[in-house]
Amino acid sequence: MKALKKVIQNLDPKFEKGGKWEKMYPLYESLSTFLFTPKHVTTKGSHIRDGVDLKRTMFMVVIAMIPALLFGIYNTGHWHYELQSYLNPEQYGTYRDYMIGFGDKVLYGVLQVLPILIVSYGVGLAIEFVFGFMRGHGLHEGFLVSGMLIPLIMPADVPLWMVGVATAFAVVIGKEVFGGTGMNIVNIALTARAFLFFAYPTAMSGDKVWKSGTSDIIAQNGGTLPDGASGATALGDIASFVGDSPVVAGEALSSSLSSAELLQKFEGAYDPLHAIIGMIPGSVGETSVIAILIGAAILLYTGVASWRIILSFFAGGFAFALLMNLVGANAYMDMPAYYHLIIGGFAFGAVFMATDPVTAAQTQYGKLWYGFLGGGLAILIRVLNPAYPEGVMLAILFMNIMAPLIDHYVVQANISRRKKRFKTA
Amino acid sequence: MSKAVRLKKGLDIKLLGEADQVKVEAKKPSMVAIKPSDFHGLVPKVVLKEGEKVKRGEVVFYDKYNKDLKFVSPVTGTISEVVRGAKRRILEIRIKVSSTEDEVVQIDPVDPSSISRDEVKSIMLANGLWPFLKQRPLDKIANPAVTPKSIFISSFDSAPLAPDYDFILHGQDQFFQHGLNALAKLTDGKVNITLNGKGSPDECFQNAKNVEINKIIGKHPAGNVGTQIHHFDPINKGEFVFTVNPQDVVTIGKFFAEGQFDPSRIVALTGSEANSRKYYKTIIGAQLDTIVSGNLASENVRVISGNALTGEAVGENGFLGFYDAQITVLPEGDDHKFFLTEGWLAPGFDKHSSHRLFPAWLMPNKKYRLDTNLNGEERGFVVTGEMEKVLPFDILPMQLIKAIMVNDIDAMEELGIYEIAPEDFALCEYVCTSKISIQEKIREGLDVIEEECM
Repeated sequence: MKALKKVIQNLDPKFEKGGKWEKMYPLYESLSTFLFTPKHVTTKGSHIRDGVDLKRTMFMVVIAMIPALLFGIYNTGHWHYELQSYLNPEQYGTYRDYMIGFGDKVLYGVLQVLPILIVSYGVGLAIEFVFGFMRGHGLHEGFLVSGMLIPLIMPADVPLWMVGVATAFAVVIGKEVFGGTGMNIVNIALTARAFLFFAYPTAMSGDKVWKSGTSDIIAQNGGTLPDGASGATALGDIASFVGDSPVVAGEALSSSLSSAELLQKFEGAYDPLHAIIGMIPGSVGETSVIAILIGAAILLYTGVASWRIILSFFAGGFAFALLMNLVGANAYMDMPAYYHLIIGGFAFGAVFMATDPVTAAQTQYGKLWYGFLGGGLAILIRVLNPAYPEGVMLAILFMNIMAPLIDHYVVQANISRRKKRFKTA
Repeated sequence: MSKAVRLKKGLDIKLLGEADQVKVEAKKPSMVAIKPSDFHGLVPKVVLKEGEKVKRGEVVFYDKYNKDLKFVSPVTGTISEVVRGAKRRILEIRIKVSSTEDEVVQIDPVDPSSISRDEVKSIMLANGLWPFLKQRPLDKIANPAVTPKSIFISSFDSAPLAPDYDFILHGQDQFFQHGLNALAKLTDGKVNITLNGKGSPDECFQNAKNVEINKIIGKHPAGNVGTQIHHFDPINKGEFVFTVNPQDVVTIGKFFAEGQFDPSRIVALTGSEANSRKYYKTIIGAQLDTIVSGNLASENVRVISGNALTGEAVGENGFLGFYDAQITVLPEGDDHKFFLTEGWLAPGFDKHSSHRLFPAWLMPNKKYRLDTNLNGEERGFVVTGEMEKVLPFDILPMQLIKAIMVNDIDAMEELGIYEIAPEDFALCEYVCTSKISIQEKIREGLDVIEEECM
């Protein structure tokens, strides 16, 4: 360690202003500050400073996402082999059980998810470096989190080039044009997802992308899924209840069934316990509520995420789902409120997306409103506009835009308190 | 009516190196300095030349924009050097202390209760006592032309390793009361003393007359006058409040009682890198080598006049600040720290943090040896809500700081800049994950306000 420290001490002056390799400073800074907290001391103001820095803060978020990533890898493998089991019952028939074929599933999941992670980090960090060079500073830590979030909110089958394009779009348009880490208006990872969602909808929605390898299997099976197989997600299925041809897990149901009968079928296919554990198809990291809550526990324990936002997001979602229950105009509205919180990306959005401090509301009261309205809006979009089965992404993006407005009202309240004091004094 | 306030927000940073409650005599300094930089925004006009003799209490310089506001020498001696910085700005006026003589400017003692406000004012202005008064808004020397709506004295300091005023002022009841009587003349409102609701304050505070006594309980910055003003008598636009340090009230009282300027000052030597940490009797502007030399525990240290959050790094041969009652010696942190052992990914048992990312919050009573490393690099604001936890004001810190950064004067006014001083935001600066120099920003904002609105 001492030898390495000596190397750094000797190299430092060569990269500083006037040094031999001054131009390479951003690259050097990024690497050296990763290894060693620099020897910068306080010059103005407080002589001592809190031990915390952005590296530690951001790294903690990455750690918090690891349970979701690991579960997502396994889940990806599982649903791949689940589909295979319909095509090759002799070989993979037993794989339909969630815990059988563990090694195969992990291996498949790793091979499917890891490249997405690598592309996301590779493209994002490369762009960050370019902007760092242009601005003369090293890598800022924000993308460490975004780079991890992006793979977790993609379907496992998303083509790698799309991940690259979406990441590039999100980092450049979503962030760097505004000035980099801390300056962006909307969440980077959601920008990437929204970009793909609107630019390449077939790769991001429908019932052919959620189980890895669906299109191969369709091709091998002569143009359709094998009997009994389904590629849909819980959200896709429940959305179909609003239309004329309700479907649950590939099984077409009669539209004359009552809401209660439809929901019974739905619950049969998507057991709440399975949904909480995460044994349902979906984007890589979004399915397991337990893995996400482990992440939430880490974030709340360390105080990195705002409990106000997480709590109020869930509360808002639950309240609006109850409201939908009261209206009860169709089977979707009748779905038990808690279901909304455990299927789709709701929990993931609440814990990892809405809590992004840069794009969320910044005042304490504002955070409560931001979370509550965000959660509520997600449910409204889901239920009232089945064309967008996943409302969480759009709800959070919308609330990102509205956050400054919410803060504005909180700030105005503070100002008018002060003015009132002046009048009464 | 006395009031009591309990604060929920704030942060006590527990450092190693508290001073023992022992008073000892410091060596007599051979050099003292008055530093115009202790008085923000002051442009001094020096009346004595280098080499000229000066008596204790004799005027050394005055405020260029207010000729009545005089600054006096704390010692008898000769002007040794006027140290200038960039643009010939005067940084220090050094006075070589005479080892034999002690001539003093003597006036007739007077009971401040028996004279008028203008008389009290002119005595204080002419004899170097006025600079002890600071004003809010702007946190600078009080403007003699205004009448404050009240005067605030904090009986305790809650900053890290802060000196204990109960100990320092013990036995000074008479002069303290005399000083309070003089201050009472200056305001139409009350002189407020704020006691620490947690301890048992010294009699000189508890038995003080002619004043309003309030109590405050809470973590730092409970002891800051700014916090106390905000909770007991908040400042609105156009209003003024004066503030004085308790030890300076004694100096003022003593002047009225004895008719001469007594610069003596008890300072606490604190910090993990200082040995024989005690309370030293010295004088305003004393060269610090008389206290710290031979008392440093290690080589690479920072000697600060004041506390670790707001003080000024002056060095071993620097001079005691005009308002300071504390010297803090901290280890310099100019060393690389490997990320797994001491750096950003280390367990961090040796680091204090208000964030639960470090184990510090599990050990609330542990005392830390903190160095001056920035512990990271400057970034844009990312984390929100951290400053709100340590600022016990009904003020939105992040929004105010951003208003200052974009120079939005209306927003600064609306968000409460008239109530604050840089020291009130010292903890915000401490906790800031993005390592932004917040006290400096606040000062910039106050400068803009002074220029545009005062």
